[in-house]
Amino acid sequence: MTLKPALHILTANDLLSGEVVYLTKSGAWSPRHASANIFVEGSLAAKRLAEIERSDISVVGPYLAVVKTSGTQPVAPEHFREVFRAAGPSNRFIGKQTHV
Amino acid sequence: MYNYTAFDKDFVTTRAEQFRDQVQRRIDGSLTEDEFRPQRLMNGLYLLLHAYMLRVAIPYGTLNSRQMRALADIADRWDKGYAHFSTRQNVQFHWPKLQDVPDILKALAAVDMHAIQTSGACIRSVTADHFAGATADELADPRPTAELVRQWSTDHPEFAFLPRKFKVAVTGSLHDRAVTKFHDIGLRLVQNANGAPGYEVSVGGGLGRTPMIGQVLRDFLYQADLLPYLEAILQVYNQIGRRDNKYKARIKITLHEHGLEDIRQRVEANFALQRGRFNGADQDILTRIEADFRPPAFKSASIHHFEAQRAQDPFFKAFTNTNLHPHKNPDYAIVTVSLKAHGATPGDAGSAQMRALADIAARWSHNELRVSHEQNIVLPHVHKADLPEVYESLRLAGLATANIGLISDLIACPGMDYCDLATARSTNVAQGIAQKFDALKREHIIGPLKLKISGCINACGHHHVGHIGILGLEKGGIESYQITLGGDGTENAAIGKRIGPGFSADEIVPAIERLIRAYLAHRQTADEAFLTTYRRLGPAPFKAAVYPEKEPKNEL
Repeated sequence: MTLKPALHILTANDLLSGEVVYLTKSGAWSPRHASANIFVEGSLAAKRLAEIERSDISVVGPYLAVVKTSGTQPVAPEHFREVFRAAGPSNRFIGKQTHV
Repeated sequence: MYNYTAFDKDFVTTRAEQFRDQVQRRIDGSLTEDEFRPQRLMNGLYLLLHAYMLRVAIPYGTLNSRQMRALADIADRWDKGYAHFSTRQNVQFHWPKLQDVPDILKALAAVDMHAIQTSGACIRSVTADHFAGATADELADPRPTAELVRQWSTDHPEFAFLPRKFKVAVTGSLHDRAVTKFHDIGLRLVQNANGAPGYEVSVGGGLGRTPMIGQVLRDFLYQADLLPYLEAILQVYNQIGRRDNKYKARIKITLHEHGLEDIRQRVEANFALQRGRFNGADQDILTRIEADFRPPAFKSASIHHFEAQRAQDPFFKAFTNTNLHPHKNPDYAIVTVSLKAHGATPGDAGSAQMRALADIAARWSHNELRVSHEQNIVLPHVHKADLPEVYESLRLAGLATANIGLISDLIACPGMDYCDLATARSTNVAQGIAQKFDALKREHIIGPLKLKISGCINACGHHHVGHIGILGLEKGGIESYQITLGGDGTENAAIGKRIGPGFSADEIVPAIERLIRAYLAHRQTADEAFLTTYRRLGPAPFKAAVYPEKEPKNEL
């Protein structure tokens, strides 16, 4: 898998709750976009994704998403779809925005 | 209403327990997601943007008060206190947890409900006219046919893995409220020259990325031949429908590629074989089903109080002007309850509202409710003498919005706020339009208008058949909304035409406002509806209004 030169994070949905989660530096999953580990090397990101797909049954549909960064922090998703995933629905204050 | 038999009850209860086992095996890792996904989809469980979504079948949109209360209880106990009534006459819970879904299915089974075949490449939950069995303009009640089709198609082993999903709609009225011309199969109850009951069968209609109007495959099919004929159509589709490309797999494409006459010959040849396999047992079942759909015992009472209340309460009068439809019993009315309070998310109802609807239906609508594909709730049998009390009860529950058929009674899919297929949001546009025209206080002046919004090309918001349609897409990394005009989902079926480039999320509501101002300026009389004006003038004056030439720069 060849990735365009960009900064990636690894995201998925939690198997039980379905909530959007992000892979952190420690290897745990967090509901916070800001906690996501940033992959600078595309090849490393792809390798980690393959590992998750193969062995992590706690999440569903993992994939790599592109982020804009400030230093080492992911400040915002690149795509507006990822903005809604990170924030929760815009029509009701009912999703992730209530607890993250 | 149809009463579940012991067989039906056992079937849905067993299915819920089977799914409990499947969920457990998914959680403990015995099943991979690839193995589990088809199982959960066959039971109506999707994984969307933020959470799982459980789509519960409400066959032909009919449910009773007990079932509505059960849905409210599910919303409170296992979801976030509300439910979304969909454009397929179903109901969706947008926040269930995987481990709770078996308990939800068990709770549904306890009130004769399920989520079977609300997803997957199978025959989906059957839809019908939401005014069925009540409306004054009805030739025959389509619900017994819809129930027969539901029973035939449920767990039909041959049609569990079709090339794509397959949708059947039924209407018994001349005025088509069930959008039958845009379904894979549309059934219209008709009579032949001798007065024998039967069906006009259309096939190959659909919305989505390739919208097509269904074509009449048989202009008259005897009632007794329905199931062998449907079986013949499905077998032909199952054999020659394309499986190499999901975008070309619906029967509308099969029909388009082979031609109507070719499909007709194949179906008729197959029908001749199938007919002998049906020995009349299906018609015995239909007779039993029809007994369940006998009209309720209508009461007699004076409607003087109703007329007096209309004369003295302008809000009640406004409600009765927009939200009532003629009932076959002139002392009764069909009440449509709007789930489109200005600024609300179309189709969403809170659990307290759902319980209020259940109570109102139990007391004043013979225990019956309907879900319309226009994302509203219908009270099908309300005596006019009871309307003032019904109105007051609805008002107290925040359900008395007098906007049925007006611009703010718009359809919108959940869009990117929930759906993982969506390319743009739709509820934000819906809220913006409803609030804008409510603020302008012009929607009653504008009059009948169907505005429909989809958040992607799959067209769950039926934008192709909106008098005004809005399609949300992604363009250049932002949400972009295209406008189509002239669509019509009724017996005068038409697909809306795009009028030009899209607008951003900030620009779309002002663009719709310019469009409506043009309509008001061009209509010949106050009674000329938007669609009539559009058909008379074509798109030119509307395009000119939506895309005004840029003002010359004021060079100082």
